[in-house]
Amino acid sequence: MRQLSIEKRLQHDMRQHSKKSAILSILIMGLGQLHNRQYGKGFLFLGLYSIGLYLALAKLPRAIWGLVTMGETETQLIKVGKLYKQVTGDHSIYLLVEGLITVFLMIVMVCMYLLNVKDAYRCGKLLEKGVRLNTFVQTLKYVADYRFPHLAISIPMLGILFFTVMPIVFMILLAFTNFTKSNMPPANLVDWNGLGAFRDIFRLQAWSHTFYGVTLWTFIWAFFATCTCFFGGFAIALLVQHKDIRYKKLWRTIFILPYAIPMFVSTLILRNVFNGQFGPVNQYLSLMGISKIPWLSDPAWAKVTIILVNLLLGFPVIMVMIIGILSTIPGDMYEAADMDGANGFQKLRLITFPVVMHAMTPLVIMQFVGNMNNFNIIYLLTGGNPVNGDYRFAGHTDILITWLYKLSMDQGQYNFASVIGIFIFIILAAFAVWNVRRTKAFKEEDAF
Amino acid sequence: MINAKKIRRITFQTFGYFILGVTAIFCVYPALWVLMSSFRPGDSLYGETLIPTAFTLIHYEELFVKYPFIQWYGNTLKISILSMMIGTMLVLMTGYVLSMFRFKGRKNLMSTLLVLGLFPGFMSMIAIYVLLNQMNLLNTHAAVIIVSAAGAPLFFLYSKSYFDTIPRSLIEAARIDGAGHLGIFFGIVMPLSKPLLVFAVLMNFTGPFTDFIFSKLVLRTSEKKTLAVGLYDMMTDKTKSQFTMFAAGCVLIAVPITLLFLFLQRYLIEGLTSGAEKG
Repeated sequence: MRQLSIEKRLQHDMRQHSKKSAILSILIMGLGQLHNRQYGKGFLFLGLYSIGLYLALAKLPRAIWGLVTMGETETQLIKVGKLYKQVTGDHSIYLLVEGLITVFLMIVMVCMYLLNVKDAYRCGKLLEKGVRLNTFVQTLKYVADYRFPHLAISIPMLGILFFTVMPIVFMILLAFTNFTKSNMPPANLVDWNGLGAFRDIFRLQAWSHTFYGVTLWTFIWAFFATCTCFFGGFAIALLVQHKDIRYKKLWRTIFILPYAIPMFVSTLILRNVFNGQFGPVNQYLSLMGISKIPWLSDPAWAKVTIILVNLLLGFPVIMVMIIGILSTIPGDMYEAADMDGANGFQKLRLITFPVVMHAMTPLVIMQFVGNMNNFNIIYLLTGGNPVNGDYRFAGHTDILITWLYKLSMDQGQYNFASVIGIFIFIILAAFAVWNVRRTKAFKEEDAF
Repeated sequence: MINAKKIRRITFQTFGYFILGVTAIFCVYPALWVLMSSFRPGDSLYGETLIPTAFTLIHYEELFVKYPFIQWYGNTLKISILSMMIGTMLVLMTGYVLSMFRFKGRKNLMSTLLVLGLFPGFMSMIAIYVLLNQMNLLNTHAAVIIVSAAGAPLFFLYSKSYFDTIPRSLIEAARIDGAGHLGIFFGIVMPLSKPLLVFAVLMNFTGPFTDFIFSKLVLRTSEKKTLAVGLYDMMTDKTKSQFTMFAAGCVLIAVPITLLFLFLQRYLIEGLTSGAEKG
């Protein structure tokens, strides 16, 4: 009888166990686990808790203050006795980044915290049912076995969180400030400016004119760069793979050469090749009796030159890809077409072209997106020059991304640069998501 | 009838070889021109003929005397090899997990990564600069290694689509036999993914090897510089424009990478087309 009542009480205790553990772990991370008698896990969480507590108490208030105010005291001269002494004020930008880092760390901590409560509750429930809980070693084993994907992906994702996402958030935030060279910290304070930079870019004549002009050229450039490379690479691939052409391997190796040479080296080389005064191209032209062409110094010619150079550097990749696709087309398709009396052009139009297009469309779209962002070739070949007097800090061949670079690195117009960054990001993201969502790698992957 | 066919074939061949030949000249010319310029005496851009009348190795010598070129080379190799190892590991892991496992939020994660990958790195350089400053890593090679390795998983798509082609039954069988995930990854999947591995290594090696924008921001002192930064500064330094020496520098940088690409052509082609075939 007495034993029964003890068991009953025990059962009653056990019924409360999960709730108790959860409440304990809400109060202090790890306590719930200790209550569940999972000591290894509990102490691990306790350790994390102390770090989190330190962050939340010692760092978070200042981080939030920094994010909200971006610093309050300016660098100023303070009279000490008879001398003026300079006292450094708050560094707005450092405050902003430090604040972001702390907030991101706190987000990671909050995730751990939620995990901890969930775990305490779940294990408590198991105890109520009378299940023996895993020992610490068993837990580790379980995690390695069944939580492997989460574990394995969390390391790269942490890197991305801090070295990609955090900087991007920072950049987006900058767009809403008045951060320019004229109020460079630590001498000055930067402040929130709402949508001021956006308003200026679209309303002020000088800015909006540059913005529309550069955007237009960005699209024109990306379109021509992609098309020339695609059709150039396609044509060369067809020629190399044609049955009447010999030494295929040799040709392929030669054509891969522009791709194999590091991009920044070959672009710098080509910049010299097209040098208007001393470059070899103009030298040969004048030998042939043609007057020198201002390849890089005339606005229109510079644009043409960039597209030509891009064709030279870009067609090998497309060629390689298309050769790969061509080799997957079964030969009997062509034999069947031969039987039906199709000529070469018909075979190209009705067999080769559709197959290649089907496989290449997503890649071509990605190439287009990549070209819109092709910083290297423009920066290294022309540097965005020749200068356009009507533009604000941009040259004739500047695309959005090089303009952004100039604005932030050379001109110190950080807030405007960030606005353009956001704009670029929206365009690219729209293209990319639309493109990727419709590709096979995304859609049909669960078919097997 | 046969004659007409033959004539057509011959005209096609002449035409085809002509186009291929011209393209080949365009492809080879810049490299050849720089190679020849690096042997030409004097320091001007202008040369009478493509093949110089006299050959000299003085520019290569100068490169080592005037600049800490050997040190730059060492720095570059150190940075590229280390970030290649970490970066390859991370990108393969990410691709493997996203290919083999199904978990909540997986597709959203993939789209997010793809979009983030489109963001040119330097757009966020100010923030990274401050972050590195916080970590006391400015003007260190560790900074370049960490940042380029941390960015590698953004390009997970090619490794994911390669892993998609590995038969699932193989992995399930190994699981039933009691193999752990890491054991499967290193023991079964990796040996089957040699082309992917070579491609990933190549990409993660040449990236930091040729990057100059980020390295230029972080590496300030001359003895810390990498080849790309040194070469770019050499090129843009208006006070002492010595084109022939720049050409010599180009040759020394480009040769190893170019040879690597040409020798590993087969893997390169497989890697590049793995995305295409899937469509």
